[in-house]
Amino acid sequence: MSVDSSQEQPAGGEPRPSADASSQTPVARPKGPLVYRQSIWTRLTHWVWVICLFFLLLSGLQIFNAHPALYIGQQSGFEFDNSVLRIGAVNTPQGPRGQTTVFGQTFDTTGVLGMSGTAEAPAYVGFPGAVTIPSYRDLATGRVVHFFFGWLMVAALFVWFLASFINGHLKRDILPRGGDLKELPRDIGDHARLKLHHGRRYSPLQKLSYFAVFFVLFPLIVLTGLTMSPGMDAAWPWLLDLFGGRQTARTIHFGTMVLLVLFFIVHILMVLLAGPINELRSMITGWYRTSPGTPAAEGDKP
Amino acid sequence: MSGLIMNRRKLLVGSAALGSSIALAGCDQFNFLGQRGHPVRQALEQANVLTYRAQRALIGDQTLAREYAASEIRQGMKPNGSTQPTTPEYTFLKMQNFASYKLTIKGMVEREVSFSLNELRNMPARSQITRHDCVEGWSCIAKWTGTQLGPLLDMAGVKPEARYCVYHCFDNIQKSLSGEIFYYESSDLVDAYHPQTILSYGLNDQVLPVSNGAPVRLRIERALGYKQPKYLHTIELVDDLTPFGMGKGGYWPDNGYDWYGGI
Repeated sequence: MSVDSSQEQPAGGEPRPSADASSQTPVARPKGPLVYRQSIWTRLTHWVWVICLFFLLLSGLQIFNAHPALYIGQQSGFEFDNSVLRIGAVNTPQGPRGQTTVFGQTFDTTGVLGMSGTAEAPAYVGFPGAVTIPSYRDLATGRVVHFFFGWLMVAALFVWFLASFINGHLKRDILPRGGDLKELPRDIGDHARLKLHHGRRYSPLQKLSYFAVFFVLFPLIVLTGLTMSPGMDAAWPWLLDLFGGRQTARTIHFGTMVLLVLFFIVHILMVLLAGPINELRSMITGWYRTSPGTPAAEGDKP
Repeated sequence: MSGLIMNRRKLLVGSAALGSSIALAGCDQFNFLGQRGHPVRQALEQANVLTYRAQRALIGDQTLAREYAASEIRQGMKPNGSTQPTTPEYTFLKMQNFASYKLTIKGMVEREVSFSLNELRNMPARSQITRHDCVEGWSCIAKWTGTQLGPLLDMAGVKPEARYCVYHCFDNIQKSLSGEIFYYESSDLVDAYHPQTILSYGLNDQVLPVSNGAPVRLRIERALGYKQPKYLHTIELVDDLTPFGMGKGGYWPDNGYDWYGGI
């Protein structure tokens, strides 16, 4: 793997496009070959997930608002306290305020969580209507939307795993290998200095990120979602044992959502930093402009 | 290079502005999904049919919901929905401690049958400590005691053309312009004949309180709380759910919730 990676990037002494080189001759900036990087299955499932995760997030927050508290255990404590997150509104001498309690620490979140809207028409909801579908309180509709896109997301996941196993995407770009770990410190350093290499394959950090999404976060959010179904708990009672109870599963479902949102933010930032046009092109047409010095291979375009 | 950085900065600012405006305005744009009967919503609702079929195929008809140890009962059963029906009929029954209460099984049966509360209490009893999952998201563990519905249906003799049980309740859950709306629910015969489906009259070793559905509440343990009708008085066997309420098979299904309720 280390051999492959070093081929992608210009070796130590090779001329990388430096600032003064490009300012002297901006026209003759060297280009790497245009490689066919993303198969139709990768691209198709990517955009299906974009739509799914958008609707799943916003309808999920709608569902959360029906009972804006998270617990650890089988049940929700009403006569005892096993909550780890609680969003609500309280009356204070200064008027009503939004309040969020996380692991016993209470924060004033007026305007965002617990209480939002305008001063004339305050809304006492967990998450504000701006980030829920529908924008008003409607649990029934939130569930209709959530389960539709839940099925769609899982279907796309099956298609992706099958296609990526067959076409080698999984082995080439997702599953980290020993060589990737050796390359990791340098890759982290390069990312920290925003020296992004556009190779034929994914860099170690990319591999690890997508591995975490496909082998940890997606399975986790699907399985914890299923654990909330009383029917599924009858069919697969091990789900309750695996996650330590239905309410813990609900908490993990929420936590995984937060991690996926963080992934999304970093993902978008990296696309912008790595060159949004090239990155978008590769996810639409499959063709990707590599860094100068990338060795050409059969099937590449100039 | 500096030109490129400026472009990226502009792009960052621009996409942040675009993103936040989509987020702020975005969700009003999908409010049409809240319209019951909108064709797009009806298409999305088909996922619930898929869920029902998939779970029926995956889960054995007799597979039990988890039953918990007595130590897991850590609190009283949280009352939700109707907690105090106010009709004269129910008030009268409650005043005389449900002495004249009758549970009737009718519709597509060989013979209509009725049972008093004492008759139900004298039938073979089943106690189960189960987790009640509300559609809102919370759960509560409690011990339910009652008699299985299946043998009672057999006493009435369910006709082969019957496909659903409709559960009629005493509670006037909503007042509308055309009068009071009474709670009702329905299930398929798989749920009706499930071994844990009991007509419960006891909760946590006490007589079932009014706030939890006295005198009789049906338990369908593999479904959400709204499939466990309280204040039950009549079970009607039918082959079609459309004549009842708004035609979706239950008070909450009429209000947009999925009928199956196993998820």
